Amino acid sequence: MSSEEALEKLYMIAEEIYEDLSKGEVPKMKLAARTRNNIIFNSEYGVWKYGDAKITRSAKKLDGAYMLLRTLYVMEFIKEMIKNNKSSTLREMYYISEGWGLAKFHTQDESNKLAEDLEVITSHLREDFKLRPEEDGASVIGNITVEETNRKGQPRRINCRDDVGDSGYLIPYNVEKNKLKFVDVDADFVMGIETGGMFDRLVENGFDEKARAILVHIKGQPARSTRRLLKRLNEELGLPVVIFTDGDPWSFRIFASIAYGAIKTAHISEYLATPTAEFVGITASDILNYNLPTDKLNDRDIAALQAELKDPRFNTPFWHEEINLMLKIGKKAEQQSLAKYGLDYVTDVYLPEKLTEMGILQ
Amino acid sequence: MGIAHKMAKKQKEISIAEFFEKNKQILGFDSFTKAMVVSVKEAVDNSLDACEEARILPDILVKVESVGKDEYRIIVEDNGPGIVRKNIPLVFGKLLYGSRFHAIRQSRGQQGIGISAVVLYGQLTTGKPARIISKIGEDEVAYEVILTIDTKKNEPRVIKETPIIWDREEGTHVEVTIRGRYTRGKQSILEYLQQTAIVNPHAQITFVDPDGRKIIFKRATDILPQPTREIKPHPYGIELGQLLNMARSTKAYRLTSFLTTEFSRVSPKIAEEICKKAYLYGDMRPKDLTIEEAKRLMESFNKVKLMPPPTDCLSPIGENLIKKGLKNVLGSLKPGFYARPVTREPKVYGGNPFIVEAGLVYGGELPKDQPVKILRFANRVPLLYQQGGCVITKAISSVDWRRYGLEQRGGEGIPVGPAIILVHVASTRVPFTSEAKEAIADVPEIREEIELALKSLGRQLKMFMIKKERKNKLSEKFFLVTKILPEIAKKSAEIVEKPVPPFESVISKIMNVVWIDENIEKLGKDKIKVKVKVANFIPKPLEFTLYGDYPLGTLVETDGDGGEDYVKWNVRIDPLKYQNFYFVLKDVSGYGETNYYVDGINPSIVVGAEPLPGDWNIRLDTMEEILEKEREEEEEVVEEDLEGVEDE
Repeated sequence: MSSEEALEKLYMIAEEIYEDLSKGEVPKMKLAARTRNNIIFNSEYGVWKYGDAKITRSAKKLDGAYMLLRTLYVMEFIKEMIKNNKSSTLREMYYISEGWGLAKFHTQDESNKLAEDLEVITSHLREDFKLRPEEDGASVIGNITVEETNRKGQPRRINCRDDVGDSGYLIPYNVEKNKLKFVDVDADFVMGIETGGMFDRLVENGFDEKARAILVHIKGQPARSTRRLLKRLNEELGLPVVIFTDGDPWSFRIFASIAYGAIKTAHISEYLATPTAEFVGITASDILNYNLPTDKLNDRDIAALQAELKDPRFNTPFWHEEINLMLKIGKKAEQQSLAKYGLDYVTDVYLPEKLTEMGILQ
Repeated sequence: MGIAHKMAKKQKEISIAEFFEKNKQILGFDSFTKAMVVSVKEAVDNSLDACEEARILPDILVKVESVGKDEYRIIVEDNGPGIVRKNIPLVFGKLLYGSRFHAIRQSRGQQGIGISAVVLYGQLTTGKPARIISKIGEDEVAYEVILTIDTKKNEPRVIKETPIIWDREEGTHVEVTIRGRYTRGKQSILEYLQQTAIVNPHAQITFVDPDGRKIIFKRATDILPQPTREIKPHPYGIELGQLLNMARSTKAYRLTSFLTTEFSRVSPKIAEEICKKAYLYGDMRPKDLTIEEAKRLMESFNKVKLMPPPTDCLSPIGENLIKKGLKNVLGSLKPGFYARPVTREPKVYGGNPFIVEAGLVYGGELPKDQPVKILRFANRVPLLYQQGGCVITKAISSVDWRRYGLEQRGGEGIPVGPAIILVHVASTRVPFTSEAKEAIADVPEIREEIELALKSLGRQLKMFMIKKERKNKLSEKFFLVTKILPEIAKKSAEIVEKPVPPFESVISKIMNVVWIDENIEKLGKDKIKVKVKVANFIPKPLEFTLYGDYPLGTLVETDGDGGEDYVKWNVRIDPLKYQNFYFVLKDVSGYGETNYYVDGINPSIVVGAEPLPGDWNIRLDTMEEILEKEREEEEEVVEEDLEGVEDE
């Protein structure tokens, strides 16, 4: 249904291009500027979304002309897929463009970017265009039972603690209700974990059972589906979400994209972001309080921290204090540096202390 | 014999060999590789000077043969006026012999230590004598002289002198065997000859290397350099020793007449004034001048106002010939741009007239990621050594080349980019940093002239780059309107299921220029036809005047209004139409490209022609403004790097 709507919107773009040409105007498209300066807080959803600044992609410039032409080809391609009930990965679209002559994509970045541009213009998700990313293997372990509709269209129930191996339940690219239903849950909160090493440590230490937690391995900067799943767990099941990452500027950004919305996908922030998510650590204060082994900040780290001070999403007393403190001590630490005090320290001391402080654990 | 006499004799005996040994560095024989270059250079400089003095177009053969381990025979043969028989031993067999020693004029020889030093070097390192053949026009026969230098007396020792039949009309052949090492590449004989050919486009130089390979630097012009004129020294530039020497040898009886006759720009009145200020009698005999008195005289030179020395004694290469020389030698690198070389007006430093010339070549197959190549010349002689200590290098380093489109860290130092910069300093007295005469000293007046010349070249380079950028952008747009736009029209029509819309007016909106382009065709043996195409990509009809220039008096016919050195067309052209014009020229070998000028149209919308000539600088500024405006128009909100927030 929404695919039809999306197609309708794309059709309107083609119509505008045609109209422009007929009137002797240079064809163009307007879309929201996807920059840090153009994200504003949306109080309705409690997330950051694009503001009113627009950029114009006009056929006056080579890039713009290519984009218009590619949009027309992508449109035709989507139309075909909807008709034939198919879908394609972004990578497949990139390869299919081989046959599009001048409209061919030269890198996958170009095709990914166009998919995002089309989302921004039409306010539809790329899934509505029958385009999807590859699975990226983010996983879940915890006492929750889900029902996933498999390829044959049959529902299959999976308990994410008992029915899975050590690597957990793999999050599919589509986590919408039509694909994934929550059947039963027995947990108090959800914890997203940045690194595989730490995820495995918590699993081995049985932290999910001990702390009644659903552990989600977010695998670095989380994919849309992972962020969407966190949001659904939070909104539909009322579970608090906490995020546990390394202590460096890049990990802070991972948290920001989960809690406040990513700059790149701010057009769908209300759909992906979990505004109530909280940051567990590692914070700059943790580095001092727990006397953790550290690495020196490099030039890129410092530049990233300074950029974060200007980022409206980080404009809170907590973040400014932590970012300034990190700049002051000039150090960063990994999650796994907690192993300095033994393998159980993270589950026996650090997390219980931090989570109690945050009011997640009693 | 007393001990003192014995010692004196011994001193004399070792004098010349010792002199050589002590001054090896200064004389340029400090390494085997350098000795080879210096030897060739001395002989070639002599040949070029001799030919020019005799107003003969030089034709020079340089041959290097390997005759044993680290031993080479160097042969240099010219078509010069030859040397009279009795002078041959003196020129080649006596150190510091030469007519140029006291002459104040622009000459190559000023730099040399003389060919006799090469003969001596060969003799000392290989024990072999030099062989000279020379023939002067009026003689029937040539003379072959085999000689060495008597190192005790600094006198030539002729081993054999024979009259021989030589098929040349006139000329000189020098053959010296020396210890050395033959190299290729940087600071090699080949490089020296190549650079010599650039600044001496009137010379034909043939080089045969030790492997028998022959490289010919062809003559690029039949015009000999203007002969240099000898001038008297100017008081401001004189040195104490020179002053004393002149005072000793003058025929004048009185100091005042010595000053007026032996120096330039000294009138009797000023001569009186100088003497007065130096507390010397104008009537004193110049020969009696003591060192102290000479010093006072020199001080008072600077206390009087003198006219600068005459500058017409200099012989610059000239803008045309620099360009020809560069093209002739560097043509194979296919540079994209030859700046119009700059020959500055003559100036004076410390009483010595000098002139600075500079040229620049850009693009083609020159390496992009390396410091620009610097070609330094003093009085038409390439300077291959001591680059860092030379005022030319310093001037190049102090210009901010980033403004002109070359890379340069921090706006100083030798810039990086596919360019060659040529600088020639001509003077009656080039101020070298040392006796080795490998680098020019940092004299403020000279440096300033070089910098001004370089900046003028820089502005041209920038202009070229701006034009190139505009042209590139336009060919991009051309591709856009001819390839992509039709596709967009077709595809959008397909999707909305309507006929393809007409989009011509969109094309002119996107292009928004008038494009002027030419195509040159050969017409028979000595004629060319230049076809001019003017295309209007502006969405309205246009009317303007177009001019094209060509060498004076070469026009055969045209469909325009032909003048002596330009043709004029009145252009009326509708949107998206083009018009063809033409003109035919004769006797224009190597015709490059026509300069086009427009009038009666906003020059910012024209590509391929410039507004009618105005001041060069103003034009550059206007061009920069135009380009800036174009950029602004096209600049949209630049999307930031999205922080690596990947979500796939």
